[in-house]
Amino acid sequence: MSKPILLTSSPGTSKVNKTGGWRTLVPVFKHDTCNDCRICVTVCPDACIFGQDNEYHPDLDFCKGCGICAYECPVDDIDMVLEVK
Amino acid sequence: MRKFIEGSMAVSESVKLCRPDVVAAYPITPQTHIVEFLSQMVADGDLKTEFINVESEFGAASIVLGAAAAGARAYSATSAQGLLLMGEVIFNIAGMRLPLVITIANRAVSAPISIWNDHSDAVIFRDAGLIMLFAEDAQELMDMHPQAYKIAENPEISLPASVNMDGFILTHAFEPVDILDQKLVDDFLPPFEPVYKLDVDNPITMGLLAEPTWYMETRYKLKETMEDALSIIEKVADEFKEKTGRYYGGLIDTYRMEDAETAFVAMGSLVGTIKDVVDTLRAKGEKVGVLKIRSFRPFPAEKIREACSNLKQLVVFDKSYSLGLGTVLQEELRSCFYNRKHQPIISGFVVGLGGRDVPPQSLIDAYRKTLGKEILNEFVDLNTKVLGG
Amino acid sequence: MAEQTKKRKAKPPITESLLTSGHRACAGCGEALGAKLIMDAAGPNTIVTTCTGCLEVFSTPYPETAWRMPWIHSLFENSSAVACGIDAALRAKGKREGINIIAQGGDGGTADIGIGCLSGMLERNQWVLYVCYDNEAYMNTGVQRSGLTPYDTHTSTSPAGKQSFGNPIAKKPLLQIVAAHNIPFATTATIGYPADLQLKVKKALKEKGATFIHLHVPCPLGWAYKTEETIEIARLAVQTGLFPIVEMRYGEVTRVRKITKERKPVEEYLKLQGRYRHLFVSEEGKKELEKIQAIADANIEKFGLV
Repeated sequence: MSKPILLTSSPGTSKVNKTGGWRTLVPVFKHDTCNDCRICVTVCPDACIFGQDNEYHPDLDFCKGCGICAYECPVDDIDMVLEVK
Repeated sequence: MRKFIEGSMAVSESVKLCRPDVVAAYPITPQTHIVEFLSQMVADGDLKTEFINVESEFGAASIVLGAAAAGARAYSATSAQGLLLMGEVIFNIAGMRLPLVITIANRAVSAPISIWNDHSDAVIFRDAGLIMLFAEDAQELMDMHPQAYKIAENPEISLPASVNMDGFILTHAFEPVDILDQKLVDDFLPPFEPVYKLDVDNPITMGLLAEPTWYMETRYKLKETMEDALSIIEKVADEFKEKTGRYYGGLIDTYRMEDAETAFVAMGSLVGTIKDVVDTLRAKGEKVGVLKIRSFRPFPAEKIREACSNLKQLVVFDKSYSLGLGTVLQEELRSCFYNRKHQPIISGFVVGLGGRDVPPQSLIDAYRKTLGKEILNEFVDLNTKVLGG
Repeated sequence: MAEQTKKRKAKPPITESLLTSGHRACAGCGEALGAKLIMDAAGPNTIVTTCTGCLEVFSTPYPETAWRMPWIHSLFENSSAVACGIDAALRAKGKREGINIIAQGGDGGTADIGIGCLSGMLERNQWVLYVCYDNEAYMNTGVQRSGLTPYDTHTSTSPAGKQSFGNPIAKKPLLQIVAAHNIPFATTATIGYPADLQLKVKKALKEKGATFIHLHVPCPLGWAYKTEETIEIARLAVQTGLFPIVEMRYGEVTRVRKITKERKPVEEYLKLQGRYRHLFVSEEGKKELEKIQAIADANIEKFGLV
């Protein structure tokens, strides 16, 4: 008797895949004019912006450098710069 | 309780006793009565189930897939074109290891369009990982559905199972049937315990993409499971016999084979006809018997070889044909004896396509034609005028 | 000027999204963003079915899954029917209350190959929210044309060429087709306005019947634009009138997003995207732009957007 192979996965197993390796540009959160609106958190397609109290940061393991957070930040507190590894 | 009922009613009564949680089916001749009876049972409060009037067979199959994935016991029924339309989903259900039961009222596949019986619809799915059992008469249909669920829902199996019945011949004919007792069925078939399911308390992802690194092993596991199903089908039939005293065979059944030299082989209602043929010939002193193939998938090669170990000849009567190769049952039997120590002479006759009547005399004439030698892929009772002969 | 800042209550720390990181969507993917917003609005008591397509493929390559609630993928065209099966199963078991069921598909899986099953679900008014992620082509297989590809769009099977301006067929009016089934709630939405999208999700999930969100999601690869502009482009689609934001209940329009103050000509939207580049290089191309403007004008007229 052999148990069926079920081919299922548990929640969040995608996090072994470190998509941070994809990027050329990296967001720099200046923590200068941030007003805690959290629009950056809302608009990140990879759900990888975290923080609290006007201090937010990207999870660099996963950030693909798409630049949406920088584009949408209403107070211009995020810059996209060429990442030097 | 014994009642004189239509074959379709035997199916509906049997399915009702299995306590399905979800029933979703789309009408197609000759399956229609099965689902109509079930919907009347629901309307009268005799069957508590979620009955969904679907927009197509594809929808029906997808709905029962979703229901099984959510941990419910699900049921559908169809024929020919409807089965083909379910095609994508059948492979999907088997590949996702979801148990459920589908009754197939076997009907010829279009074109030309025909609403009448043959096995061309079922055989298309012999590669899908769908367990395929063929019923001989209305009583067996009553007995087979709880068995089909028990096999499918076995946690070592967890595959879809089909109960095949000859369209019109079994769906629309009336026979006396012993309706099973609900308590007996509840005892025989406990509530469905899924191996895995969609549950907010224990979230999992189902139906992932399998890259080349992973895919082959899933097929290997399916192969292993179909092999495991061989013994489960036997066990379940034996258990049922113990509970009811009735036995229609496990993987196969035999009739008057003890000292037979020739066996006639068939699936489905044709088995009844060839039993009559055997009785006729036995009365004349001929040593003939019947080999009934009850489980078409998994194909019970070992059991067949055992049953035929003393036979000189097999005469196969088949209601399907693999165009470009040969009659399906004949080919499968030939391969099961290939390279074995004992190899009976095998002949194959195509009968009854598109609902063509199969008179017992035609079967006897075909058998006489073989003269103990091999005849392959021979169509019986062809109308030479129509063929332009 | 003295600034009066009230002491705001501190916002809670950010929790992990129900569509978490590590998925293989392109950088700047509108669909990934849309799905994330919807899942987080729906919450963990949600069972999700998804059609074959980008969303399924980038999020569930075995053994990785980015979904953190129960999720199933079956085939290309049946996420709606599978969701119906789940709805029926939970009702049969007496466990339907308190659980959201969301069926998802792309524009192909919803409006083309999946429209039969979708229509069945809507007609039966089964308690499922269906979300159509509309990136206006079969993106996962290489940007082929779908029934929701707009007029004059370049796709790989309706390419612009010496004798063609791209897709010659108008965008299928999906919202109206769905709303004509008389369901409790059907709406268009866009990731251009994320808060509005999440509000619409919550509105939909309040209804115990069939609901529908037609979500516009720009695709940086298929539409050929800079990844950071995903949300800007989504907004422009609304502001030009090419993608109206309209809510419908039981077949009647109940709410629209007016663009009176923000209205823009269609060029503002089209010029940012490589898939419309062919319209900007010739006199005939400019004539086509007028036709597209007429489509936008007709939408504005029809839904009273201005």
